Amino acid sequence: MDAPHSMGTTIIGMEYAEGVILGADSRTTTGLYVANRASDKITQLTDNVYVCRSGSAADSQVVSDYVRYFLNQHTIQIGKAASVKTAATLVRELSYQNKSFLETGLIVAGWDTHEGGSVYGVPLGGTMLRLPFATGGSGCSYLYGFLDQAWQPNMSREDAEKLVVKAIALAIARDGASGGVVRTINVNAYGVERNFYAGDQLPLFYDELAPRPTLIHF
Amino acid sequence: MSSIGTGYDLSVTTFSPDGRVFQIEYATKAVDNSGTVVGIKCKDGVVLGVEKLIPSKMLLEGSNRRIHAVHKHAGMAVAGLAADGRQIVARARSEASQYLSFYGEDIPIKELCDRVARYVHLCTLYWWLRPFGSATILGGYDRDGPQLYMIEPSGVAYRYFGAAIGKGRQAAKTAIEKLKLSEMTCREGIIAVAKIIYEVHDEAKDKAFELELSWVCDESNKQHQRVPADLLEEAKAAAKAAKDALDEDEGMDAD
Repeated sequence: MDAPHSMGTTIIGMEYAEGVILGADSRTTTGLYVANRASDKITQLTDNVYVCRSGSAADSQVVSDYVRYFLNQHTIQIGKAASVKTAATLVRELSYQNKSFLETGLIVAGWDTHEGGSVYGVPLGGTMLRLPFATGGSGCSYLYGFLDQAWQPNMSREDAEKLVVKAIALAIARDGASGGVVRTINVNAYGVERNFYAGDQLPLFYDELAPRPTLIHF
Repeated sequence: MSSIGTGYDLSVTTFSPDGRVFQIEYATKAVDNSGTVVGIKCKDGVVLGVEKLIPSKMLLEGSNRRIHAVHKHAGMAVAGLAADGRQIVARARSEASQYLSFYGEDIPIKELCDRVARYVHLCTLYWWLRPFGSATILGGYDRDGPQLYMIEPSGVAYRYFGAAIGKGRQAAKTAIEKLKLSEMTCREGIIAVAKIIYEVHDEAKDKAFELELSWVCDESNKQHQRVPADLLEEAKAAAKAAKDALDEDEGMDAD
């Protein structure tokens, strides 16, 4: 019960025409035990910037809390919304300066007036890299080739959302440490929208069986 | 407005009965006795100009600069005690550089001004420190466009369209008010600033001076830099001509 909780995880951040989509699975594990099958791994930093968390649940939560605090002060001081780059830089600074204590990979994504939608990957160790799409967590290994082929620039919102959901579903199918539901957040100039996809709404692949009415009746 | 504090002016941590801190006012006097510094905000940028008085013929031309680069997009012109001014510029540079490291972006000019002003003010709060004997005019260009700020020894900082400090500030301010800054480009602005500085320079009291000009504008790619040599010469020539014309008009009364 008290063992360190890890988020096996699959997380994605993706740019589309008008903004960004962040997506994540919802499985939090302690060893083999699923501590939370419906966790929310996408956390708000400011009105316009969100972060996907992976790795140690505690580490990622604390880093997010610090960055939210710094950004809140920063927003008051400069008198306008912080940029996604600033948020990502703060996340990177904490990750890099404390690399020997932390084990968390984060994806910072959001929308600002200067760059529109942007996605920054901040993996273990504290690199910061702006990318058109970023993946993280134990499930991301299964997605590299798929997203390299499937991602296009300037997708519509619907296409981008479908792609994120499909990618996470693929990772959940192969990665034991990822599972549960798929949560997405869409951030653009007009605001923020949350979505939730339960198991029955996720696409099935190849040799997976569709749920059928059982022959056993109680 | 020269008044002596008599007893209330011995420490920067003492107020006078009428609510003044005399040490800060004396610090301002150091600024008022220095060479004139002018800054204007034109429609496409900011121009800073300094009347750098040359105390000795032995000085190398171009040394003892009074305009300093603070960051790519910002510069500061200093009036008053030169060493104090250097310290303020060092602090400004440090703030700008740390902001970039921490937040990943160039410091907004307003934020830079706030931080420098806070530092200058800090040094008026403790009896073991003395106030800075210099004021600085900060010019910069960020996402909100070109901006001009002035930070005084008291730590007060305002945003300006046009600002002047030093010996000839009254005459300079009058001249600046006559300019139509919102319609002026920086190219025209450097000529105007040069003319103002030549005009307010007092030939009788101060011997030689060197004109220092810098700008940050669309033409300089939003980077703070010394005005290019050819434009500087053009400005000096125009200013000299204007001054000579003015002297002629005022004329020798002998005839």
